[in-house]
Amino acid sequence: MEFDLSNKSELAKAKRDFHPGDRIFGRALMLPAYSLLILLVAIALFLLHGAWPSIQRFGLKFVFSSTWDPVREVFGALPVIYGTIVSSSIAVLIAAPVSIGAALFLNELAPRRVSEIVGHLIEMLAAIPSVVFGLWGIFVLAPWLRSVVEPALGRFFGFLPLFQGPPYGVGMLAAGLILAIMIMPTVASISREVFHSIPRVQREAALALGATRWEMIRLAVLSGTKSGVFGAVILGLGRALGETMAVTMVIGNRSHISASLFAPAQTMASAIANEYAEATSDIHLSALVGVGLTLFVVTFIINAIARIFVWRTTLRWSAK
Amino acid sequence: MENDVEMEREMIAEQRGRTIKNVLMCSALAFAALIAIIPLVSVFGYVFLRGFSSISVEFFTSMPRPVGETGGGMANALAGTGILIGLAGLVGIPWGLAAGIYLSEYVAAGEKGAGLGGAAIRFGIDMLASIPSIIVGLFVYVVVVMPFKHFSAWAGGLALGILMIPTVARTTEELLKMVPVHVREAGLALGLPRWKVIVYIVVKGSLRPISTGIVLAIARVSGETAPLLFTAFGNQYWSHDLSAPIASLPVQIYTYAVSPFDDWHRQAWAGALVLILFVSSLNLLTRVILKPSGRAGA
Repeated sequence: MEFDLSNKSELAKAKRDFHPGDRIFGRALMLPAYSLLILLVAIALFLLHGAWPSIQRFGLKFVFSSTWDPVREVFGALPVIYGTIVSSSIAVLIAAPVSIGAALFLNELAPRRVSEIVGHLIEMLAAIPSVVFGLWGIFVLAPWLRSVVEPALGRFFGFLPLFQGPPYGVGMLAAGLILAIMIMPTVASISREVFHSIPRVQREAALALGATRWEMIRLAVLSGTKSGVFGAVILGLGRALGETMAVTMVIGNRSHISASLFAPAQTMASAIANEYAEATSDIHLSALVGVGLTLFVVTFIINAIARIFVWRTTLRWSAK
Repeated sequence: MENDVEMEREMIAEQRGRTIKNVLMCSALAFAALIAIIPLVSVFGYVFLRGFSSISVEFFTSMPRPVGETGGGMANALAGTGILIGLAGLVGIPWGLAAGIYLSEYVAAGEKGAGLGGAAIRFGIDMLASIPSIIVGLFVYVVVVMPFKHFSAWAGGLALGILMIPTVARTTEELLKMVPVHVREAGLALGLPRWKVIVYIVVKGSLRPISTGIVLAIARVSGETAPLLFTAFGNQYWSHDLSAPIASLPVQIYTYAVSPFDDWHRQAWAGALVLILFVSSLNLLTRVILKPSGRAGA
C-alpha cells in the first residue's frame, strides 16, 4: 500500500493499518471487558423482570407489610428485611471491634513472625465455605448457645426484651454470631491494608515525641484512617447482608418479627434459599425474586459506599 | 520549691497513667487477635475430628443410599462438583482473562479514552465480586432455568462461572501490570504487532502467576452452595446429562446437615472435611506455583 504521509488523515490511517491484527485484538478484548458492566445491568433487569408480577400485585406494600404467608399468597418482605438488618447489625457490632483490634495488633504490635502466622490463620477463615460454617453452626454453635450462653444471658440480662423467651439455640443470635465470624477476615484484612498505607515516618514521629505505643496507634495510625476503617466495616456489612447458607442453617427460618434475639427468624437471603423448593405458585417465586432484587439493590449501594471510603484513604496516603 | 515537687509528682502520676493505659490497650488488641482465631480453631478442629471418624473409602466410591440404610457415599456429588467446576471454567476463565488483559494492557497503558471506561470496568468487577452469590444464582434461575423449565448442570456451571470472573480478572490485571514496560517496548521496537507482544511476550511470560488467579477462583467457587440450589439443584443419582439436574458436594452437605438422620450427619462432616481439604490444597497450590518464579510478593 502507498500512503501520502504528508496528509494528516492519511498518516493516521497508515498508523492504524500498519498492524491490522491489533485493532481486531483490542476490540476482541474490549468486548468481554465492557460486557461485565452489561452483565451487572442484566442482573438488575432480569431480577426486575422476575419480580414484576409481585411488584404489580403488592406495590410498595411488598416492602412495608409484615405478613409473609405463602398459603394465602400474601407476601410482605418486612420480616425478612428486619431479620437481615438485625442479624447483620449483631455481626458488625461483634466483628468490628475484634477485627480492627486484631488488625492493629498484627500490624503495629506483634513481632513479624507472629503477625505472619496469625495473619495467615485469619485468611484461612475466609477460605472456609459457608456451608461448612453452617454445619459447624448447627452441631457446635447452636447447642452451645442453647445450653450455656442463652440461659446465662437470660439470667443476667433477662429484663431486656432482647434476651427473653426460651433458648432455642438456633435463631437470630446464632445467625448474628456466625455472620460475625464470617466477616471478621474481610474487615481485618482490609483494615490491615488501610493501616499499612500510613507512612512509617508518621509512626516514628509520634514515638519520637514521646508517645507510648497506644498513643502512637491512636494519633498516627487511627486518626488518619478513620474513613478507611469505616469502609472496611461497611464492606463487612455488605458481606453479612448477603451471606446465605450458614445463616439459613442456624437462623430457624420463621418469617416473624420478634424482639427476642433467641427467637427464630429469617433474612432476605435465607428466605430465598429456604423457600425456593416449596415455592409452587408463580407469585411465591416472583416474591422471592423480589426479595432478591431488594437484596441486590441494598448490597450494591452499601458496597459502592464502602469502596469509596476505602479508596479515599488509601489514595490519600499513597498520593503523598 | 514546694511547687516544683508538686509538679514533678503530678508528672510522674500522669506518666504512670499513660503507661497503664498503654499496657491495657495493647493487651486488649492482643486479646482481640486471640478471639479472632478461636472460631477458626474450633471449626477446623470439629471438621477434622468428626470428618476423619466418618470418612471411609465407601464415601468416595458409593452412591447415596436411601433413608434408613446406613453407609453409602457421595461419589456422584464429587463427580458433579468436578463437572460443575469444569463448566464454570469455560465461562469464567476466558471472560476473566480477557477483561484482565484489557485492563492491564490497554487501560493501564493509557490508551486514549480508556481511563474512564477502565475505572467503570474496575468498579463493575468490584461490584460483581461483592454481589451475594445467591443473587447470581437467582439471576441464572430467571434467565436459564425458568425459560427451559428445568434445573440443569449448564445453569449451575454458568452461575459458578459468573462468580469466577472477578477473581480471574483482578489477579490477571495485577500480575500483568508487574511485567516491566521495557519488555513490551523491546517487543514493539523489534516490529512486532502489539497483539503479538501481548500474547507471546507479556501473557506467555506470566502464565505461571496468571494460573494462580484461576486456581484461586476455582477455590472460591468450589464451596459455593447458594447459587447451585436453584440452578444445578441436586441429584440422588449418577448423571452425565448436562441438561439434567446434577449433584454437588456443597449442596449434598447442606441437604444432609439439615436432615434429621445421624448417618447423614456423619456423611455431612465427611463431606465438609473433603471440601475443606480440597479448598485449602488449592490455596496452598497457588503459593507453590508462585514461589519459584520469585513473585511471591504478589
